Amino acid sequence: MNNQMPSTDDRPVMIDVNDVTLAFGSRVIQHDVSFQVRRGSIFAVMGGSGCGKSTLLKSMIGLLRPTHGTYMVQKDNYWSGDDESRVRIGRRFGVLFQSGALWSSMTVGENVALPMQMFTRLEPHVIRQLVELKLGLVGMLHAIDQYPSELSGGMRKRAGLARAMSLDPDILFFDEPSAGLDPITSARLDELILNLRDGLGATIIIVSHELSSLFHIADDGIFLDADQKTAIAHGSPTWLRDHCTDPTVHAFMHREQLDSSSSHGNG
Amino acid sequence: MPPRNRVGEVAALRLERLVKTSVNGAPQWHLQPEANRTLVTLSGDWIAQQGHLPDFPESGFRDVPHGEPVEFSTDQLGKWDTSLISFLWELKRTAREDNVQLRIDTLPESARKLLDLLPEIPPTPAPLPPHKFQPVTAVGQLTLDTLNEVGCVSEMGAAAAKGGLAALVGRGMMRTVDLMSDLSAAGPAALLIVGVVNFLVGAILAFVGSVELHKFAADIYVASLVAIAMVREMSAVMTAIIMAGRTGGAYAARISTMQANEEIDALQVFGIPVSSYLILPSVLALAFTMPLLYLYGCLIGMLGGFFVSYIMLDVSPLGYFHETLQALPLDQFTFGFIKSLVFGTFIGLTSCRIGLKAGRSAADVGIAATKAVVVGIVGVIALDAVFAVIANVIGI
Repeated sequence: MNNQMPSTDDRPVMIDVNDVTLAFGSRVIQHDVSFQVRRGSIFAVMGGSGCGKSTLLKSMIGLLRPTHGTYMVQKDNYWSGDDESRVRIGRRFGVLFQSGALWSSMTVGENVALPMQMFTRLEPHVIRQLVELKLGLVGMLHAIDQYPSELSGGMRKRAGLARAMSLDPDILFFDEPSAGLDPITSARLDELILNLRDGLGATIIIVSHELSSLFHIADDGIFLDADQKTAIAHGSPTWLRDHCTDPTVHAFMHREQLDSSSSHGNG
Repeated sequence: MPPRNRVGEVAALRLERLVKTSVNGAPQWHLQPEANRTLVTLSGDWIAQQGHLPDFPESGFRDVPHGEPVEFSTDQLGKWDTSLISFLWELKRTAREDNVQLRIDTLPESARKLLDLLPEIPPTPAPLPPHKFQPVTAVGQLTLDTLNEVGCVSEMGAAAAKGGLAALVGRGMMRTVDLMSDLSAAGPAALLIVGVVNFLVGAILAFVGSVELHKFAADIYVASLVAIAMVREMSAVMTAIIMAGRTGGAYAARISTMQANEEIDALQVFGIPVSSYLILPSVLALAFTMPLLYLYGCLIGMLGGFFVSYIMLDVSPLGYFHETLQALPLDQFTFGFIKSLVFGTFIGLTSCRIGLKAGRSAADVGIAATKAVVVGIVGVIALDAVFAVIANVIGI
């Protein structure tokens, strides 16, 4: 079965996930998931609704400890250290949550500023300048003094992106960035993500099932299956669309209905 | 792509309803055997809102000869909506059970498409596990859970205290802005309600006391009764109960909303410790304002007592003042002060913990707020009982 894209990528490995099993109590969400993310790539975590994409992301940003397996961020083993080492590694992460997750008691500007106030010794006016820069990058400078509740969904996401970038992380995680956005806003967000990757050289891991956006931006990826509870294909969305012969992946990538007789028994 | 299909179906349904103009009254059906087939005639308007929808009986196909198809006649069918489909689904299931061959293709196309979307056999709901009454297990589980909670709250308190120490050294994660806004919400904003309640409590005590004391012509002792009761018990407990309902509930609701909105996750991902960033200012605010509100409550309560005595009894203001001072040694105040400090910390910690532990839906926010108020009030009264025992032992 053809479900592994031949790799010619020689960029250094940024993230190495090896045989990770995720479970809530005795309920296994995904088991034995392995993949590598290379520096500067946009890595897509794909799969149908409820297959555990967001759970995998949760574990990669440190909110859920895997029951088994290792998770390496360059040379650091994320889960083997203590809280302090996790916080230290986590300082390299920037996360855009599904709903933006802006702190609702603060203005957009304060949201972006808070991590800098907490973890740097920068002067207030320098912080203000950096906040303006980051909001400017995502086109949200006009909303600097507005509260999250005053913003639309797309604006919240962009502000969330600015906050994710506040400590200049080199690994960015996006949880369904285009979910609930109109096509124009979503396309603009895609462009923004590409520009950020090219401009900042960040490594981006993106959880999504928005096909058009995946084909456009992602250059590597993994496909999680809800029935088999593991990764069933590795490769960029475009490659998976054109070459993968797994019926589930094929149906997903081509927006077809899955013939129920062939969806099982191909492990 | 089922959604698009369904939209088309609904449109077709609408269209059909508009085209059909005959108004035939009540929905009806009847089964009619014919040569080589059985005909189900549907007539009338099948509109759910108009009611009187017929059922298809389980024995409906009993008289159909074996192997003969059942067809539909819809010439007299008026307007219809999903109530017709519901009837047809029932009919289809009965046909399946009785092995009757149904000629679905004799139905109007839109009805057939809707019928095709429905499963042949409706899924049987999984039976709930039988609820067993196991008192020993339940008590054991409750004890474990309670101990676990006590442990968690203590751990959280310790982490917050550590964060507080760090803040003193100047490396804290607490923002002064947050502390200030919490202080103002838990302090000045609560003055009115704390004042009203304590004034009334003082007045009530004076009323109750005056009835008995008047019999002994000991009216003046109303002053000492009110003073001791307020300072020792009532002001601390009443203020704590008000704050549990007012501020404790607000904390739990705020934190559980943040939880639902992934805001807590965002804090954790940034490595901003929830204990010192979020919980410390809330707990500090309550621990700081509660003793002050207690003192204020004492004063207002005694004022309430004086008000009633002055109007109802023959007590001079100076006499009341003098008797109050006589009745109150300082250690009564110290005792009440310490109590209210403990109540404030307790309410702050438990309500934050309940907020953090809440689920992630809108309903969970309400549950968390209710729980915080209940736990706060019951806890305050239980703690007060403990204090009463301690006071008895050390002889205050």
